[in-house]
Amino acid sequence: MATTAAAKRSFWEFIWDYLTTVDHKKIAHLYLAGGGFFFILGGIEALIIRIQLIKPENDFISAGFYNEMITMHGTTMIFLAAMPIIVGLMNAIMPLQIGARDVAFPFLNALSFWLFFFGGLLLNLSFLFGGAPDAGWTSYASLSMDSSGHGIDYYIAGLQIAGAGTLMTGINFIATIVTMRAPGMTYMRMPLFTWTTFVTSVLILFAFPPLTINLFLLMFDRMFGTAFFNVALGGNQVIYQHLFWIFGHPEVYILILPMFGVFSEIFATFSRKRLFGYTAMVFATMLIAFLGFMVWAHHMFTVGLGPVANAIFAVGTMAIAVPTGIKIFNWLLTMWGGQVTINSAMLWALGFIPTFTIGGMTGVMLGSNVADYQYHDSYFVVGHFHYVIVGGSVFGIFAALHYWWPKMFGRVLNETLGKLTFWPFFIGVHLTFFVQHLLGLMGMPRRYWVFLEDQSLDLGNLISTIGAFLMGVGAIIFVINIIVSAFGEKAAADPWDGRTLEWAVSSPAPYYNFAQLPLVRGLDPLWIEKMEGNGKIPAAEPLGDVHMPNGSIIPFLMSIGFFISGFGFIYQTDNVYWYLALYGGLAFSIALMIIRSVKDDYGYYIPKEELEKALEGEAK
Amino acid sequence: MTDTKVNNMSKESFRRQKSREEMQKQLISFGLMIVLTLVAFAVVAMDTFHKGFVIPFLFLMAIVQAGFQFYYFMHLKERGTGMAALLIYGGVWAAFLTLAGLIVISWW
Ligand code: HEM
Ligand SMILES: [Cu+2]
Repeated sequence: MATTAAAKRSFWEFIWDYLTTVDHKKIAHLYLAGGGFFFILGGIEALIIRIQLIKPENDFISAGFYNEMITMHGTTMIFLAAMPIIVGLMNAIMPLQIGARDVAFPFLNALSFWLFFFGGLLLNLSFLFGGAPDAGWTSYASLSMDSSGHGIDYYIAGLQIAGAGTLMTGINFIATIVTMRAPGMTYMRMPLFTWTTFVTSVLILFAFPPLTINLFLLMFDRMFGTAFFNVALGGNQVIYQHLFWIFGHPEVYILILPMFGVFSEIFATFSRKRLFGYTAMVFATMLIAFLGFMVWAHHMFTVGLGPVANAIFAVGTMAIAVPTGIKIFNWLLTMWGGQVTINSAMLWALGFIPTFTIGGMTGVMLGSNVADYQYHDSYFVVGHFHYVIVGGSVFGIFAALHYWWPKMFGRVLNETLGKLTFWPFFIGVHLTFFVQHLLGLMGMPRRYWVFLEDQSLDLGNLISTIGAFLMGVGAIIFVINIIVSAFGEKAAADPWDGRTLEWAVSSPAPYYNFAQLPLVRGLDPLWIEKMEGNGKIPAAEPLGDVHMPNGSIIPFLMSIGFFISGFGFIYQTDNVYWYLALYGGLAFSIALMIIRSVKDDYGYYIPKEELEKALEGEAK
Repeated sequence: MTDTKVNNMSKESFRRQKSREEMQKQLISFGLMIVLTLVAFAVVAMDTFHKGFVIPFLFLMAIVQAGFQFYYFMHLKERGTGMAALLIYGGVWAAFLTLAGLIVISWW
């Protein structure tokens, strides 16, 4: 019934539906689409960088444009691709895993998405209007204060808007997990992906404010004549670096911890075994998050903080390797003695272990403050962080997409194409990034537009570029897979013989998620019912009317208001008329906030009869 | 029927008494906070105390006031607020590290 109705809907109704949705599953679709779009953009930028470095003294792009490319590649990949896709996965799966009908604040959730989207759009429009930011994704004050044009202003405004959305997501997910777990779903029964979502949300909550403040200080300096980072007037540029990395190091854990959760789910499911060392995994996650706030200065060893500070931060950094190692061993022991199935999702998980371990190892090397004087700002660092970010976050994203695609889109991805995605990408990653370590050790600096001939750097750079194109091939095959499987068969509710609650509802999940809230009897609730019960999750409540929130266009409009005022902020230094955009946009958004607060919206009820009908349909 | 009615009544009056006590506590802590603020002002304004005393004393006052704020006005003393307390202390810890880092390494 639902499908025929969907087929009859016109295109504009479809668009309107997504513009106004507050359903966590549709917001997840939006995040995946938006993040996917920016991922392609960032990938193209990466390929342009690599083409420029394919041979010595190449002049494929100009030096200035090269700076814009590395800046936009890094910024896009981290803030607009990896994070949104991860947030999309959390949105799609976490409420299902804890047996909730939505997140705690569905309206805020929609607002978060649209802020991310318009922030990202604003940032990228800089390409069309006079040049993109060019001070690196870190945008250190030493460079960004000197950057002419409006590129850096776009960076500030775009990230400020997108970052507000991320912060709200963090708060939303914390509230959801604390207050909306189904009866019986105690903390120590939560699936690991939910746990890592929770801990990641806490990291977002504490790590984003320093970034916000830093961007404000930079904005005041660039636009309103303050002197926080102006050394001539008594400012201090090292403060910028501190604040950036107080955010930046937790940020890398925001990118990797959720993926640890994904891999934990996948290893358990496809080994048909309970996750080995569940409790240790939970506490290792918390320990990593805790230590993650105390190591930021390992990015600043060469700044001149002094030997004592450097030594303290070096020891702290190496300590993080311990909980991470615990996790690696637990995954290996989960597979040990299990009935292992190797499919596409599992391939990405298996590929992750050696790749990420190498990245962790070079991380420990970099964490040694003495050795870091050699490695810092060389290609060795570029090799390191791509092993962890690509080998961890990107592999994790691919694994999660293959694993949860049926639950999110109602289709199983094609296995053959899945494997064909993995192998070129996997080989490409190692070709691209392994040689970069060697290039770095041979003295090739990071972020340089050209390298010279006959310094033994030619071959390594060529190999690196070839590898990048192989990754591109893998990514294209993945897109083909999406299109092909859209025409494939409909997915079963539980295609992988799953263990957790999301596999207990149909694929894709009905819009109310659970007709009756589930009763959870232990860790891996579905598996328990398969082993000890009749394979069905018992209900925790009688069937009754279900309360649902109404959709709303306000989040979309509100974000447009901030988007417009972003332009106002950027250009008011040129012409006072831009204050119109600045204040106009803000006034529009604030008016919408007032409307939202004053106007009561009680939502609606799905009548019991409709749920009964749906349940009968499922039973057939 | 009548039983439940009586029961409901006593529940209602119990609830009322509870909230009256609650209100009293709120007012007392509000008054205390004003007094503490005045004390802090006085210590600085009087100009008789040594800096080495005034600064730690102000910090102490600040901590006490923050405690009142969290526990009385934001209801952290109520039961079932363990997770909220944990998150608040986590945030305090992160903020402390940030400040300590900046003060000790950059400005000292
Ligand atoms: C197709 C895959 C990728 C390729 C070929 C690639 C290649 C590159 C190259 C060549 C650089 C510039 C090095 C320099 O001269 O400084 C770079 C920098 C960077 N990449 Fe990637 N990359 C890829 C994927 C990713 C992903 C998925 C992420 C994050 C999720 C990422 C994050 C970064 C960051 C943060 C920088 C540093 C930018 C800066 O220094 O300002 N990359 N990458
Ligand atoms: Cu770090």
